[in-house]
Amino acid sequence: MAEALAAAHASDAHDLHVAHQFDDAEQQWGASTLGMWVFLAQEVLFFGGIFAVYIIYRTLFPDAFAEASNHLDVTLGTFNTAVLIGSSLTMALAVHASQVGHRGPLVAWILLTMLLGSVFLGVKVYEYAHKWEQNLVPGPWFQWHGEFPQQAQIFYSLYFGMTGLHALHMIIGLGIMTWLVLAARAGRFGPNYHNPVEITGLYWHFVDIVWIFLFPLLYLIGRHGHP
Amino acid sequence: MLKAEHMVGVGTYLAIFLALMVLTAVTTGVAFVDLGIMNVVIMLAIAVTKATMVLLWFMHLKFASRLTWLWAFGSFVILGILVAITLSDYLTRTIVS
Repeated sequence: MAEALAAAHASDAHDLHVAHQFDDAEQQWGASTLGMWVFLAQEVLFFGGIFAVYIIYRTLFPDAFAEASNHLDVTLGTFNTAVLIGSSLTMALAVHASQVGHRGPLVAWILLTMLLGSVFLGVKVYEYAHKWEQNLVPGPWFQWHGEFPQQAQIFYSLYFGMTGLHALHMIIGLGIMTWLVLAARAGRFGPNYHNPVEITGLYWHFVDIVWIFLFPLLYLIGRHGHP
Repeated sequence: MLKAEHMVGVGTYLAIFLALMVLTAVTTGVAFVDLGIMNVVIMLAIAVTKATMVLLWFMHLKFASRLTWLWAFGSFVILGILVAITLSDYLTRTIVS
């Protein structure tokens, strides 16, 4: 009885991939997830600083911002929001699959998350290209045919800055998932160890949350109140 | 799965996803109706609700430790201080022409 327990415990410790500085897998998991939350706290402040700039300029120039916002495609913006929320669902299901040790579904859900993320980025490329054609990219080539051209250019600086930074975070996320899906395929994750899947999920959900705020603040300012 | 982890069911994930989809449709739809100042209020309320749902269930914050909660919400509190004090500057300026 004692030997069976000892043998089970030995193989258990071997499976758990517990690094030497941790007492057990629980502590390792706790440290791993808390570490990601601390990083995300920094990210809140990182994006938050730019959101603060947005808040200030929108407070100062509400009409110019509303008019500038109307040149963004609300259909594409809404579609992208749905796509990104969908990718959060698939990522959550990937974490779930890793918790129950289903390797096939785990790989499939990560791939699906990457696909949806790529769709989002593809739409953004299309949107950016269209903005370039409309001469709405800030710079010497910026042309505004309404009132308040300088304030409109500020709006578009914020649009490209904020969505660009967000898109960069998505590209980094896709890079991380590339490693993750290969590791998952190699069978490195299971019920007793799936920290990388979990913290990748936390990162991806955060990127989703940033867009949940970006979408209405950039796309939905002046849709009503048309003369 | 580890003892400290909490299993969120697939059904729960799907329910949260559907709620997020509905809220997205609502926020876009309401944007086209002129409700004055309430447009901004409703829009922000929906965004905060969606973010909270992602935090609690997709990110498992509902089942996380108090220390994790501190880091998760503390950052927003600090950001709120940044925005509040900066706005208190801008909103109390008188423009001298």
